[in-house]
Amino acid sequence: MVAFIVRRLLGAVGLLLIISAVTFSIFFLVPRAAGVSSDDLAGRFAGKQPDAVTLAAIKDRFGFDDPIPVQYGKYIKAIVVGDTYDTGTEKIDCPAPCMGYSFRTNQPVFDQIVDRTPITLMIALGAAVMWVLAGVSIGVLSALRRGTIFDRMAMAVALAGVSLPVFFTGLLSLAFVVHKWELLPEVNYGGLGDNPFNLLLPWICLAFLYAALYARLTRAGMLETMNEDYIRTARAKGLSEKTVVVKHGLRASLTPIMTVFGLDLGLLLGGAIITEKTFSIPGLGQLALDGVNQSDLPVVLGATMVAALFIVLANLVVDILYGVVDPRVRHS
Amino acid sequence: MTGTGGNDGGNGIVSTSKNAAGADEPGTVTGGAPVVTTVKEPRPARDGEPLLEVENLGKHFPVTAGLLRRQVAAVKAVDGVSFSVRKGETLGLVGESGCGKSTTGRMIMRLLDPSFGKIKFEGQDITGLSQGRLRPLRRDFQMIFQDPYSSLNPRKTVGSIVGAPFRLQSIETEQGVKKAVQELLELVGLNPEHYNRYPHEFSGGQRQRIGIARTLALRPKLIVADEPVSALDVSVQAQVVNLMEDLQDELDLTYVVIAHDLSVVRHISDRVAVMYLGKIVEIADRADLYERPMHPYTNALLSAVPVPDPSLRGDRTRIRLQGDVPSPLDPPPACRFHTRCWKAQDICKQVEPPLVELSPGHQAACHFPENASVSATDEVAKAAVAPAAASAEDGTPGG
Amino acid sequence: MADKRPAELIDGPGEQKDGAAAGAPSAFLEVRDLKIHFPTDDGLVKSVDGLSFQLERGRTLGIVGESGSGKSVTSLGILGLHNRRNARVSGQIWLDGAELVGASADDVRRLRGRKMAMIFQDPLSAMHPFYTVGHQIIEAYRVHNDVSKQVARKHAIDMLGKVGIPKPQQRVDDFPHQFSGGMRQRAMIAMALSCDPELLIADEPTTALDVTVQAQILDLIRDLQQEFNSAIIMITHDLGVVAELSDDILVMYAGRCAEYAAVEDAFHRPLHPYTWGLLGSMPRLDRERSERLMPIKGTPPSLINVPDGCAFNPRCAYKDLTDGKSIAERPELRELEPGHRAACHIPLEKRREIWNDEIAPKL
Repeated sequence: MVAFIVRRLLGAVGLLLIISAVTFSIFFLVPRAAGVSSDDLAGRFAGKQPDAVTLAAIKDRFGFDDPIPVQYGKYIKAIVVGDTYDTGTEKIDCPAPCMGYSFRTNQPVFDQIVDRTPITLMIALGAAVMWVLAGVSIGVLSALRRGTIFDRMAMAVALAGVSLPVFFTGLLSLAFVVHKWELLPEVNYGGLGDNPFNLLLPWICLAFLYAALYARLTRAGMLETMNEDYIRTARAKGLSEKTVVVKHGLRASLTPIMTVFGLDLGLLLGGAIITEKTFSIPGLGQLALDGVNQSDLPVVLGATMVAALFIVLANLVVDILYGVVDPRVRHS
Repeated sequence: MTGTGGNDGGNGIVSTSKNAAGADEPGTVTGGAPVVTTVKEPRPARDGEPLLEVENLGKHFPVTAGLLRRQVAAVKAVDGVSFSVRKGETLGLVGESGCGKSTTGRMIMRLLDPSFGKIKFEGQDITGLSQGRLRPLRRDFQMIFQDPYSSLNPRKTVGSIVGAPFRLQSIETEQGVKKAVQELLELVGLNPEHYNRYPHEFSGGQRQRIGIARTLALRPKLIVADEPVSALDVSVQAQVVNLMEDLQDELDLTYVVIAHDLSVVRHISDRVAVMYLGKIVEIADRADLYERPMHPYTNALLSAVPVPDPSLRGDRTRIRLQGDVPSPLDPPPACRFHTRCWKAQDICKQVEPPLVELSPGHQAACHFPENASVSATDEVAKAAVAPAAASAEDGTPGG
Repeated sequence: MADKRPAELIDGPGEQKDGAAAGAPSAFLEVRDLKIHFPTDDGLVKSVDGLSFQLERGRTLGIVGESGSGKSVTSLGILGLHNRRNARVSGQIWLDGAELVGASADDVRRLRGRKMAMIFQDPLSAMHPFYTVGHQIIEAYRVHNDVSKQVARKHAIDMLGKVGIPKPQQRVDDFPHQFSGGMRQRAMIAMALSCDPELLIADEPTTALDVTVQAQILDLIRDLQQEFNSAIIMITHDLGVVAELSDDILVMYAGRCAEYAAVEDAFHRPLHPYTWGLLGSMPRLDRERSERLMPIKGTPPSLINVPDGCAFNPRCAYKDLTDGKSIAERPELRELEPGHRAACHIPLEKRREIWNDEIAPKL
């Protein structure tokens, strides 16, 4: 088990290196290959009508005239040992892990990420709790009452949920629940200091989307599991139907759900872009989006790296949990 | 074809581009009289030349562990088996699960690469041949699988399943693939008009017939059948067993039948090899093996088969093996059966008994064989001393 | 085998119906006219269609048939394991004076595992992969016995020891996949026997096992029956297993009973062509090797379209001997000799003749 975890961790580091290299190439190599000069590249950072001095400063700071591997090497080195940027007027210290420096905000990227992460975390975790509870219980009930009105209704709603994106349900609920009926206050969340229940509406909208998916997944899993021989054995022992369903059926059905959950959560932690945009919440998704809109490449790169890190970590946790849940994996 | 196998009668049910002889009345039907009969009567093919020779064949699957996935052990699935199959005969390979019989079959078919040893088909060494070089030979040896449900592509019609070998080997048939396939279907007792049906429209027994028809398409010389009837109902089992026997007589086939059911193996085989933990422990003519088994394991196997005669209940002297088959990861040293053998002595734990001929055509690997004369026992001892001494010099474990 | 003609075989069909009206029977287990039908989109699947038999404590009934004959459906029906929403169960099942078909689901559940238990075919898939063997036995014991976990654990270890698992106090904490096939089936038996059931149903208990392990398991079942005096229903397709273990045998075909007799009679004087077919189909080690097997032609019918008249008629080699009756009329299960029943239209004398002259010599 320890060897397994160590091996997976090493693999995760390798994977992150590859992802960073690919991302780095996309942002810096591909434009060059397409004939964009380092001046043009620097120009994208500088905003409107830059003067030559600014351009030179940017080129120098980002090392746009260095060979690409050197640029990448510097980037990775900064993550590990930190870096110091000279804007010409002041020196900005960027301790490790330094993910570059935003020309627009004059802030190290990592600090921005650290500011934004708890917000996204709150959105994702709150919604996750809701969608798992709702999705799994609806899925189980649906499977047990397969073919009944309840099942059909639940699956119809689930289909609707899967098909309705957050920008639709979100805007609709904002318009009615908040503005027209004034059932809930404005969504206003800027950090851990704020009341988390301000996030209720985003949670519900996000959870509606995912719960639908999880209900379908759970239903399919339960239908399969409840046909297993060991369920028949559990019944033959005289166990109550509740024990059979929860202890024997659900326990076995949860494994695939856990896998999907890990990936979904990892994905969301990297930034619930649509949800954050819809409700104007300053999370990681907004950061990435702003970075893209303003051509702030270091920010975009940083956000991408963090998103990748969350997914890789989530994957690792799922794999370890797999061994915890399923003894067959543990022993093989 | 490679030009070997000179006594090929040419009574091809399917005429191929190179072998178009005797095609005047193809499609000899199971029930009808065969047009050309090269062999009939109680199959005299026993003395025929060997079609398949297997020498010291083995397969070790590596087991890895640790951070670097180093190989820490090997599952010795097959650990040096030797036998030959003569043209026209049926060799039965029996043993319990994990004894390596299926692995052996797959290696013969070159579906698995052997770890060591040699496979010769019609005298030609096919062990090291690449899949490309093997391809033209493939038509000569085919395999029947156990599960008639999963071995047929559910999205293909019977016609295209059975006809696939023609297309794969780009063989032209005289009257076209469809006619050839319909003849094959008729040969295995299926309605040729079902050419366009899908596998799910057939019962288990019929599916196994489809599998057999596909196998026969290229008129193979050797067929390896891995548990051909064990997934079928009793009454259907008998149909397929009879069909296999009829086809053998009619088409001069050679079979290697892998099965766990000792009754089926006795019925269908001319010679039988018993495997235990990757080794052959006994090999003999059918009658010899079932009437005068020499190896204690063979005895135990035979004694364990439930007999469908209630009046024999209690009369039979039962041999009950204790425990389970040891793991092939770490098989017992010397004689692998000694941990469960009631006749085991110290020598069995120290010296591996070689597989030697104890009576004509009857080989067994045991220090204390049953149904063997005293001199034969001595022979074992004599034969056993030599490798023991050799291994002592090598410093290999054994004493 | 002192008693070849067990007295518990049911009476003629006429009396049987009277008996049903009379209420609780004297036999330990009595099944009367059991029907288990499944409505499907393709039609009504009559998996079991009018089955009756009896079983006493300490005795073994072998139910033999091919796949789809309804033998496993019968066993699940006795345990009440069919989903009442998609199975139509009718008839009567009397277990020790209590009727089960009409009983509430909860009442039947309380009997399951305690009074009647089941051993399944494939112990690997029949045990939950996520719980230890001990946990699963403890669970089975504690549903019906109000004891502490420690006491139940002690009991589980005892049971594992009783079924011949070495070092039970260690193996109790292993997971099913850590057991070998034979050991798993032993554990399964330990679980089934944990509450000392009076009726044990074994559904192909050795089919997934190797022959030497099968012999061990059959011995174990035989020994445990002696010890617990349980009634056993042994469901199998293997006539050898039935011959070794059963007192009576019931041959099922297409959801109905073809022949029901003491095991000696069924093997030595069978009176149904299907039984002959089964015997002729199997190669046997206790006889000279026959040159040819005598298979039954064709395949078992679909349970949606069971042929009118005798269900076996399309496959029967002797159907011409019935003057067309086998096509028109369903044969009743009749007692032809004391304790020996068969459902066949062929005249009895003719059947005896065919068996003695044509079938028996070729086996």
